[in-house]
Amino acid sequence: MKTIRVRYFAMFRENAGIDEETLTIEVSTATDVFEATRGRHGSSEPVGHCKVAINDEMSDWQADISDGDTVLLFPPVAGG
Amino acid sequence: MAIRCFCFRRLLVADVLAVSPDEIDPDSLRRQLFNPRAGAYCGFEGWVRNLNDGHEVLRLEYEAYEPLAIKEGEKVLAEARAEYSLLQAHCVHRTGMLEIGDCAVWVGVSSAHRHEAFQACRYIIDALKVRLPIWKKEHYANGDSGWVNCERCTEHGQSTT
Repeated sequence: MKTIRVRYFAMFRENAGIDEETLTIEVSTATDVFEATRGRHGSSEPVGHCKVAINDEMSDWQADISDGDTVLLFPPVAGG
Repeated sequence: MAIRCFCFRRLLVADVLAVSPDEIDPDSLRRQLFNPRAGAYCGFEGWVRNLNDGHEVLRLEYEAYEPLAIKEGEKVLAEARAEYSLLQAHCVHRTGMLEIGDCAVWVGVSSAHRHEAFQACRYIIDALKVRLPIWKKEHYANGDSGWVNCERCTEHGQSTT
């Protein structure tokens, strides 16, 4: 079990109704975090359409998650 | 001496990527790219339009995660600088509520020749749209609103700008 902080943005934040939360869950990768929190962020998107950052660094969905990490879940981006 | 100092300072201006809630002033930004070695300037302005995917749009709301938008944007500018012979490259992206016709994003580059300027400007705006943690919510004439999903736009071969 790892205790991590999860932050939600834009559509994910609106769906979750919260900006962030601390979770103690069994996860190995960033993808595991995305799947474990589907009930919160409510996304029906494939994980590849979304982006993830770990501890304020852009990362990828295969990245390992460590105890104490902050995982930022980004819905599909749409700048410009 | 005064002119030499002026030129030296101009040549050292760093590339800038900014995220701002304030109105974008393209003329003022363009002047910051003046450079005695520049023979070409290329700029891009992304404007808020009133129709998307068949829906009448009243306004757009932009949200950014600024720390990473700036970090990733600076990477894009550095890539453009590495690939093309640029003198300077700047970009500003808006946040907050924007009305029809407002400038949502501005990209400007200067280079010795036009070919590099055109290519770099295109590279930067294309990369910014799909890499920066920035989101936009459309507010429609019928009272609804919705987050724009550029991944789907890309799949359908559409462009949101």
